[in-house]
Amino acid sequence: MVTETEVAGEATSTSGTGTGTGTVSKTGAARGWARRVGRRPGLLLAVLYLVLVLGWTVAPGLFAGQDPLFTDPASGLVPPGAEHWFGTDNLGRDIYARVVHGTRVSLVAGLLAVGLALAVGVLLGTLAGYLGGWLDQLLMRVVEVLVVIPGLLLSLAVVSILGFGTTNVAIAVGIAGIPNFARVVRAEVLRIRGSAYVRAAVAGGSRTPAILRRHVLPNASPPVLVLAALDVGGAVLSISALSFLGYGAAPPAPELGAMVSAGRDYLTTAWWVTTFPGLAIALVVLATSRVARALERTGVPS
Amino acid sequence: MIRYVLVRLGNGLFVLWAALTVSFLVLHLVPGDPVSVMLRGNGGEASSVDPAAADALRAELGLDRPVHEQYLDFVWRAARLDFGTSFTTGDEVRAVLGRSLGPTLELAAAALLLTLVLGVAAAVAGTLLPKAPLRSAVLSATVVGNAVPSFWTGIVLLQVFSFGLGWFPAYGAGDLGQLVLPAFALALPGIGTLAQVLSRSLRTALADPYVRTARAKGASRLRATTAHALRNAAIPAMTLFGLMVGGIVAGAVITETVFSRPGLGTLTANAIGGHDFPVIRALVFLAGALYVLVNLAVDLVYPKVDPRIVLRAA
Amino acid sequence: MNEPTVSPPLLAVRDLRVSYRTRAGTVPAVRGASLTVAAGETVALVGESGSGKSSVGLAVLGLLPDGTEPVSGSVELDGRNLVGLPERALRGVRGREIGFVPQDPKASLNPVQRVGAQVAEVLRIHGLERGRAAAARRARELLGEAGLPEPDRVAERFPHELSGGMCQRVLIAIALAGRPRLLIADEPTSALDVTVQRHLLDHLADVTRRAGTGLLLITHDLAVATERAERVAVMSDGRVVETGPSADVIGAPSHPYTRELVAAAPSLTAPPATPAAPDAEPLLTVENVRRVFRTRLPQGGRQVTTAVDGVSFTLPRGGSLGVVGESGSGKSTLAQLLLRLDRPDAGRIVLDGVDLTSVPAGRLRRLRRHVQPVFQDSYGSLDHTFTVAEAIAEPLRAFGVPGRARRVADLLDLVRLPAAAGARRPTELSGGQRQRVCIARALALTPRLLVLDEPVSALDVSVQARILTLLAELREELGLAYVFISHDLAVVRQVCDRVLVMRRGRAVEQGAVADVFSGPRHPYTQELLAAVPGGPRTVSEGASP
Repeated sequence: MVTETEVAGEATSTSGTGTGTGTVSKTGAARGWARRVGRRPGLLLAVLYLVLVLGWTVAPGLFAGQDPLFTDPASGLVPPGAEHWFGTDNLGRDIYARVVHGTRVSLVAGLLAVGLALAVGVLLGTLAGYLGGWLDQLLMRVVEVLVVIPGLLLSLAVVSILGFGTTNVAIAVGIAGIPNFARVVRAEVLRIRGSAYVRAAVAGGSRTPAILRRHVLPNASPPVLVLAALDVGGAVLSISALSFLGYGAAPPAPELGAMVSAGRDYLTTAWWVTTFPGLAIALVVLATSRVARALERTGVPS
Repeated sequence: MIRYVLVRLGNGLFVLWAALTVSFLVLHLVPGDPVSVMLRGNGGEASSVDPAAADALRAELGLDRPVHEQYLDFVWRAARLDFGTSFTTGDEVRAVLGRSLGPTLELAAAALLLTLVLGVAAAVAGTLLPKAPLRSAVLSATVVGNAVPSFWTGIVLLQVFSFGLGWFPAYGAGDLGQLVLPAFALALPGIGTLAQVLSRSLRTALADPYVRTARAKGASRLRATTAHALRNAAIPAMTLFGLMVGGIVAGAVITETVFSRPGLGTLTANAIGGHDFPVIRALVFLAGALYVLVNLAVDLVYPKVDPRIVLRAA
Repeated sequence: MNEPTVSPPLLAVRDLRVSYRTRAGTVPAVRGASLTVAAGETVALVGESGSGKSSVGLAVLGLLPDGTEPVSGSVELDGRNLVGLPERALRGVRGREIGFVPQDPKASLNPVQRVGAQVAEVLRIHGLERGRAAAARRARELLGEAGLPEPDRVAERFPHELSGGMCQRVLIAIALAGRPRLLIADEPTSALDVTVQRHLLDHLADVTRRAGTGLLLITHDLAVATERAERVAVMSDGRVVETGPSADVIGAPSHPYTRELVAAAPSLTAPPATPAAPDAEPLLTVENVRRVFRTRLPQGGRQVTTAVDGVSFTLPRGGSLGVVGESGSGKSTLAQLLLRLDRPDAGRIVLDGVDLTSVPAGRLRRLRRHVQPVFQDSYGSLDHTFTVAEAIAEPLRAFGVPGRARRVADLLDLVRLPAAAGARRPTELSGGQRQRVCIARALALTPRLLVLDEPVSALDVSVQARILTLLAELREELGLAYVFISHDLAVVRQVCDRVLVMRRGRAVEQGAVADVFSGPRHPYTQELLAAVPGGPRTVSEGASP
């Protein structure tokens, strides 16, 4: 009767002997996390970049002195240099200032999309997973239908109904993300519901709301939050794609996808017009996914 | 087996019907009606729509009839693959779709082939290369491939290989040379995802006890990986691959725009821009049908890869 | 350690040291182990989990996992040192000179390959048979020699289509395919039922004797070791602390650790637990309980499995009933029914005059305080987001009991845990400590009955012995009644005064522990008792299945 439990028991008794080195308490996780960041240069860069982007989001004017909307056709398509770090576009707008503002828009929209998907997905997934029965059947059928349609196409269809604009694009991307969250949350809830500790709680007389609040919620949230963090990058990519296709904010507003699209007319003459906004998208996505992966490995600090 | 396929196709039809119904309902639930949306285009004011023109258009499209009648008519025609006429061009949707299907299928097939070959190669290299820095370099490359927006990849490829080196033509469709760059741009994110999922399950499989058994027989590390672990690790990657097919076809919207290729993607972009609901509904139907068929095919292959999986007609 | 052997040893391990690299630094697993195996000899390497016994076996094979520091010491096979040999040379040794029988038979075979091909692979790697057809033919012969019926058909099967015992026979065929001179068997029967274990160990003894193969048998089970091996080496904390002929080691252990191990091993000859008072009223009456599972078959249609099939018994106040059976006997389903975590399809479960199968949900919840569970998996039974104190207080909270902090402190004391343990997390505790926490939680509501489902089978013998002592003392102190579910007859004898033997959902025999163990009436009970390693052999040696 040697089963995985013994192996699991063995593993923990070696990592957590005596004074409790393998502490998974909140402060312990936070400290371990800080140590991890220090030891991994890639992760450190990602965190620093996200801090910078956070600065751009809170006070863009502090980081980019020039007005992203200020046009000066006389100095159009200036290559990168001391005055314009990333050069200027065909209307003479400063690309650096536009990238700073555009990154901010992308990140906020990405967070909005993931927040929407998370909120609705958690609600549906928890209901389906814990209550089961016909409600579960119905919700999962709906999810199944939504999964059939590729996310990008679904977002496009939603945008065509809601109308264009950054917020609508974010909502559309969020709606397309709901099925995935609902499925993951449901699976987590089912896993926890079948666990030995929930069986022990039922046998100990705990009521369903108490089990949901004290067992299901705390145990399901870390993996779901990690999934949400991993999803931010994907949402930023989808939003920038829709913006590239022209469904985002109307022209003068700085949006990274739209900037890449506009720069396509100057591919042979002014490489910087498309290159910097594209790099900015890739960096935001890389940084968020790097941090999300680190969270996945060490647990969510709180 | 036949019973299983029939049951699955039946399920698929149900899902398609549900998807169509949702797309029909959504159209009737949105505030305002499609006609004024169509006439005002994007950004216009609702008051600027001419009521007489709207009524005329409504009658022409059959939108003045009772909802249930419209719905039954819609489903009945969809069952015969008749999706009506395009709001914007007035052409028959089926014919429009037929014209665009060819170039997109060509592009999607090339991208899927690239995804499969490069994704598996990157996963195996990222797990088996003898030096740890080499392994992590390969895996980092897959992460970057995942993070780069595909429209931008396309543009960079154009800048370097068409305008810079002049190796491939920049635009258009038809010959093989024109397929290389768009197929790669379309495939890149999928290559990253597939490689990451496969290398992760490969690492898990390599820690399984049967790999130790194989090594204890005297098998080399390479043999234990290729003859034993790889096939066991294939299932999650196969599932992912099945799910990716739809995404790659949808991704053609972007790639075709970047490379100015004709096809479903360009059609979709125009339909969304023009609020051309019949075309959008037909595209949703097509994507759904593709999903159902591809995943049925993947499910039929599962038991060949893993004998523990039994097809279950539920 | 340096016992004289006449012939030079087949295997000589000298001062072997193995360390694993972890995030916390290097952790030594083996710190100077020495042992010898002569040709044709069986040597048992005995130790508890974490003692380093498995690492010794893997070090001999050169199969230590990635992240192991280079091994120091020597491993000589017929005088040739294997430590430091290049990988290519080691590949020629593995499978050809040393065969390996691993621990978990079902997981140790490639699930997507037919078993015949897996046996043939050894022959093909070492070039022992020319051509695919010849290798396949020889593989079928080997499967037959391993005692598998109809080897031609078995060769075409996938591992999941075979039982655990059959898989282990396939692995023995693989290990012997290269006609090695040394066999290393790492816990070869721990995952198997006791009756299957006995047939397999008989088979291993048979083949090694006939071919003159040396056998290094790695096991946690002292009884298996002394019954099967000529010599025993006892490992503790990375060192071999005692070596000698089996009879000497178990009869007169010289090292304190070996003495502890021998004392902790449950025995079939120890006096059984004290019975309940003869005039005690019935606490629990189970009448004809039945539970049927309907599963859908892949081919369509349904399969009906009767997991519990008309089981009846009565448990008096303060009584202790052992439920014994092998895997699939329905004993765990019975536990779920008694706890009313599952509902029987027929029959009655009467607790203190109340039928638990027909009470409404609200009443059932209130009655739950009288019947509390302890499960096998103490790791999974505790929510890792809770502290120990929170876990123990959970049932108190559910019933709104005031003064929880004091009660938790009392309970920790009751299960002999320090008060400071209350602030720890379950992951910081050892398996034995976690099981004590689970027992404390089960006792929180002062229940009348504990349903214990394999509560000690995941624990090492010495820990197991301490938990069993605790359970016996608690029963005395608190006048508790137990339903104690186990596959291990010796453990049941220590805790229970009555025993019920289950097989395929039915209760085939029940009675006082003393009577059933000394005079089993049902043939299955006789077989079970005979299969216990080191136990009395009342049944004649039957042919292997």
